[in-house]
Amino acid sequence: MPTLTINGRSLSVDAANDTPLLWAIREQLQMTGTKFGCGAGLCGACTVHVNGEAVRSCQTMVGDVAGKKITTIEGLSAKGDHPLQKAWIAEQVPQCGYCQSGQIMQAASLLAKNSNPTKEEVVAHMDGNLCRCMTYSRIQKAIMRAATEMRTASATATERRAT
Amino acid sequence: MNKHVKNVTPETSDLSRRSFLVGTAATGLVLGYAGVPGVGEALAAPSNFEPSVWYAIAPDGLVTVTCGKADMGQHIASTMAQIVCEELGAKWSDMRVSLASNDPKFNDPVLGAQITGGSWSTMMNFDAMSRAGAAGRMALTEGAAASMGVPASELVVRDSMIVHAKSKKQMSFADVVKSGKATKTFTPDELKAIKLKTPDQYSMIGVSVPQLDIPSKTNGTAKYGIDVMIPGMAYGAVVTPPVRFGATVKSVDDSDAKKVPGFIKAVTLDDKTQTTTGWVVAVANTYANAKKAAAALKVSYDGGPNAKVSSESLLDEAKRLQKLDDSGQFFVKDGDPNAAFGTAAKVLEAEYTTSINIHAPMEPMNATAEFKGDILHIYSGNQFATRSGAIAAGAAGIDPKFVVMHQMWLGGGFGRRLDADMMVPAVQAAKAIGKPVKVIYTRENDMTMDFSRPLTYQKVKAGVDGDGKLTALSHDVVSAWPTQRWGIPDFLSPSVDKKGPLDAFTVNGSDFFYTVPNHTVRAIKNEMAHNATPSGQLRSVAPGWTFWAVESMIDEIAVATGKDPAQFRISLLDGAGKNDGGAQRLRNTLLAAMGLAGYGTRKLPKGEGMGVACVSSQERATASWTACVAHVAVAASGEVTVKKLTVATDVGTQVHPDNIRAQVEGAAMWGLSLAMYEKATLKDGGIEQTNFDSYTPLRMSQVPEVAIAVIANGEKATGVGEPAVTVIAPAIGNAIFNASGARVRALPITAEAVKAGMKA
Repeated sequence: MPTLTINGRSLSVDAANDTPLLWAIREQLQMTGTKFGCGAGLCGACTVHVNGEAVRSCQTMVGDVAGKKITTIEGLSAKGDHPLQKAWIAEQVPQCGYCQSGQIMQAASLLAKNSNPTKEEVVAHMDGNLCRCMTYSRIQKAIMRAATEMRTASATATERRAT
Repeated sequence: MNKHVKNVTPETSDLSRRSFLVGTAATGLVLGYAGVPGVGEALAAPSNFEPSVWYAIAPDGLVTVTCGKADMGQHIASTMAQIVCEELGAKWSDMRVSLASNDPKFNDPVLGAQITGGSWSTMMNFDAMSRAGAAGRMALTEGAAASMGVPASELVVRDSMIVHAKSKKQMSFADVVKSGKATKTFTPDELKAIKLKTPDQYSMIGVSVPQLDIPSKTNGTAKYGIDVMIPGMAYGAVVTPPVRFGATVKSVDDSDAKKVPGFIKAVTLDDKTQTTTGWVVAVANTYANAKKAAAALKVSYDGGPNAKVSSESLLDEAKRLQKLDDSGQFFVKDGDPNAAFGTAAKVLEAEYTTSINIHAPMEPMNATAEFKGDILHIYSGNQFATRSGAIAAGAAGIDPKFVVMHQMWLGGGFGRRLDADMMVPAVQAAKAIGKPVKVIYTRENDMTMDFSRPLTYQKVKAGVDGDGKLTALSHDVVSAWPTQRWGIPDFLSPSVDKKGPLDAFTVNGSDFFYTVPNHTVRAIKNEMAHNATPSGQLRSVAPGWTFWAVESMIDEIAVATGKDPAQFRISLLDGAGKNDGGAQRLRNTLLAAMGLAGYGTRKLPKGEGMGVACVSSQERATASWTACVAHVAVAASGEVTVKKLTVATDVGTQVHPDNIRAQVEGAAMWGLSLAMYEKATLKDGGIEQTNFDSYTPLRMSQVPEVAIAVIANGEKATGVGEPAVTVIAPAIGNAIFNASGARVRALPITAEAVKAGMKA
């Protein structure tokens, strides 16, 4: 039985190595925040992090992620208070909400590397994530809001360290 | 009166027990149902309206509003809570929402059924929810008055507290509920007589309170149908035939499927509801294995009568039908356009088409079915629980009263989840293996088996007199009839020429607010399309194509008579006769959009242009007044860049301003997506597009600048989820003409069509 390191825990799943990670997460581990959208890596609803990189879990097989660090929406923050999650609420982004776990995970991988993205960088990074409710402009605003918060927080932390 | 089986839904019986109000009042319109086996049984007789049905206050003071509407992202559950909260006087942070089962007591108080669509929900529930809230406040106040020993008239209710200023006594809602003194019965007349707040007294309505469902949609905890987990359940993957409708299964060879670990059974559907044809479900212990088994099944089909039908043949058939004098039925028949054409100084004719379009909500169709004792439990996000429960019952071969529909959050609806096809494989698979089964469509199943927006063909002829006045318009609309497919006579409309009922959901919008003395609209059913591509209601429904034709033709007439297209519209919106009121509102909305966009006030560079359109979708009686100015740039290649969309909409009253903007913007982007990016085609009876690589809704990089003006003038609240869909395509088409001289008449708009138009 493969063991997955997911959201900081080691969990064994009763799934063959060629099972898409998406279904192992959803059915075996019953973490249903990660969504099935297209099964072909075309919509981004199933986005999770593997070693910090945003990947499509419908295109990632269980056997390929053994020993790697997997993060799902459930593990993005302890209390649902990642700057992006807070920004998503502040900007009232979700409509149906179905794609939003994937949107947030996709955006988180951008901000982890670049907390001061341009609008063009945001669009380029997010263009693989479909939102059928078309909440795109709010997604953009929320990413910018979260980026600002992360920069402010890290600036504050730097000041603290400096003093 | 409640025919629903008792004690089958613990949450609803709990709700009744916790209820602190009892009251009755007759509901309004109750729709009769027939045509679908068992649908009549699924509906209650005129159900009684108990204010407590809609919400309960727990001893901890939390107010849970039960939403009988499907919440697919329009935040209707939160909106219902907001309306109740306004009159009840509760604190917003005390409000919670839950989703109703299909118990008829949760039926829409106006429609008499559980159906969500048409941007009707706020409009039709505002009064009932307000009265429910007010009745609750009165009962709580009287209970508090009795406990405090003070006159109820001296009490003030605010933020879940009931305060007696003179004595400084106060009780929370929780205190009153715990005291057990909040009991009050309202007769229908008493309920009707409750004096509701006037808009100047509102403290909640009109405020953009945080939507109650949003936090759960940022952390993965919101539960959609696809997330339902039942102990011991199996999973089903469907194998659908290459033909959209009419195929039958000749044989199923499961020898390879049997080698898939976890495979349980292949179930060939026997669908007496005729919602599906030629489907097989592969059932296994996990969805991944079910998919493997589905891929391993060797199914042979008889393609049936539609196996050779294509988009081209549907269009040819539509053109043939339109040319026949006796086709279809009249939806509008004012004056005599044919006579007027004879005396007109100028006659214009044009054909407009729209392609097949696919709903493709992000959550693929799914349903979970569980037989427990005599009761069939269905877990699925659905927009039409009343009918879908009957379809599930039909698939199970049981009486609909034994079906409990558990509503979930909808991962997008857009009209797709008005249909109930997903119930059939779940029910029959669960029945076949004696275990609960969750069926999930692949994206390929979801796209190829969509109840799509039908391919449409419209012919419009206009006559203009010597003064350039539009005197006559004849408009023929040929399409599949999505609503007739439901088999519910009350959703059809009588034809003006008394040739039997017609599906107004194919022609709505064509009965516009322009004053045209001779005006006819003919609704023509394309039987071939109706059979080969069973169609559904897609966000905004008919106005998505009727306004494409009307608003393009109005532009063509303006151009032909040398008038500014916007000013020409204003002259037609004179408010004469039956158009009084609506026309003026639409005119004002158009002016607002023009003003915001700077229409006609600045010179645009060569290759750029602005176009306008204004619409009153969905129905005349339920219109939201919406106008758009599109600003585009057209390259010599015919490539169109939408630079900016300015949308103005008169919504009467804003319950939640921020949500209205979200809905209008989402709708406008849908309109853009349908205008430019989405096209499905039929070949050999099957939909050719199978996933988001070939069917391509708008992505973030394609979002233009958008400006929205919301007009709240104190009139009644209107729906906002749909009208902005319909206004975009004609505004863009008209802007393309303004920029390049190319007139496009087919949706979606392609660079090739624009380029061809430029040469012409």
